[in-house]
Amino acid sequence: MHRKTTQRIARVALALCLVTASAACSNIEPWVKPYERDRLADPIMFLDHDPVSTSYMYHVFESREGARGAEGVVGGGCGCN
Amino acid sequence: MEFAMRNRLLIIIGLIATLWTATAEAAVLPDERTDLLYHRYEGDNITIEGPSVLIRKNVGKSVSVSANYYVDMITSASIDVVTTASPYEEERKQGSIGVDYLRGGTMMSFGLTRSTESDFEAETWSLAVSQNLFGDLTTVTIAYSLGDDVVGMSTDETFARDVARQAYGIGISQIFTKNLIMGFNFEAITDEGFLRNPYRSVRYLNDDGTTYSYQSERYPNTRTSSAASISGRYYLPYRAAINGQVRGFSDTWGITSMTYELGYTHPWRDFTFSTRVRYYTQDQADFYSDLFPRFDFQNFLARDKELSTFTSTTFRAAVAWDIGTDGFGPFSKARLTAFWDHILFDYENFSDLRVEGVLPGEEPNFTFEADVIQLLFSVWY
Repeated sequence: MHRKTTQRIARVALALCLVTASAACSNIEPWVKPYERDRLADPIMFLDHDPVSTSYMYHVFESREGARGAEGVVGGGCGCN
Repeated sequence: MEFAMRNRLLIIIGLIATLWTATAEAAVLPDERTDLLYHRYEGDNITIEGPSVLIRKNVGKSVSVSANYYVDMITSASIDVVTTASPYEEERKQGSIGVDYLRGGTMMSFGLTRSTESDFEAETWSLAVSQNLFGDLTTVTIAYSLGDDVVGMSTDETFARDVARQAYGIGISQIFTKNLIMGFNFEAITDEGFLRNPYRSVRYLNDDGTTYSYQSERYPNTRTSSAASISGRYYLPYRAAINGQVRGFSDTWGITSMTYELGYTHPWRDFTFSTRVRYYTQDQADFYSDLFPRFDFQNFLARDKELSTFTSTTFRAAVAWDIGTDGFGPFSKARLTAFWDHILFDYENFSDLRVEGVLPGEEPNFTFEADVIQLLFSVWY
């Protein structure tokens, strides 16, 4: 059952890749404008606010559980520049 | 394994298509900050504590360098140690350096990590490329790492066995609405070499049927695992956020697991309170047994509780205090954070052998609780 769920999650990630690729061909406009990202820029929305603590907790769990990987997060926040 | 290879290939094809067709956007370097962390783990008669220091600084406008020094000071009299060995003390030191190079919407990251302890050495090289796309709504990351470990034994100075490890990962961070950001991650890891703990034993039933003996564990020399996760963070109608994550895992040893997380973050004045529940459930490796029927029962033998069937449940409470949001001495801001995690491990087929006076296989299952404390002081500049 777990293996099937892993497959489903992987397929969603794959589908997102392909949707993202095809969307690029259509010259899509960003649907969340930079001036609408104030909430996403709030530190409470950061996916990984404290990397040193996050990597420590990964180490705690990985040392005691069989599973590993895919816990990292990329990006987060507003993407504002 | 077929699943892992097929999906890995398809995802890489999708990713390449994404990067080829997308329009590059601007990205930003990570924050310049220094973190001083004290960590302490206590559970199953094991105490592990020590510092972790992370320093990150920009060099020019397009390069960020980082360095991390981490120490585990271990005092162990765990159930494994009590039942098959002697209590011990150990120290593990780990150093990491990293360089991030920003060019337009592309971030390239290089890293090297080395760790040493008396009977184990590890070295890992890593490379990652991130690309911002579509008005910075999407960030795609591909990552690769290569590790070499050397496993030793404190009781035999001549003992040295190698482990080679490779990890392939892709991740997508996607802004869906002005209140919702999600992340998708997939990672495949392959190991080759000496993959077991040289001290650990399995137990098997003696011919008399009422006693048991030990023999060394025997593991396969390869292992390949696949993990995929979906995570999200949502800004609530008032200033607070909820976050969640689901992760699925499987490997060629037959281990499958699911991880579920749900969290809540609530700021109040200069404080930010957060809480989280994490539930982990795992099915055992094919060659795991709490009690083998006889000596050399099969090719591969394991009685490591990390490979058994069990659940772990973690409750977290954390509070962060923004000490100087308008400046803190020479720094632009400072923050003090305390984390407390309480973990319950509940094993379904790993017996507590400290219980005597019962027949082999009739001992109660092992269970234990652990507390993890972290105190983190961070400054930005």
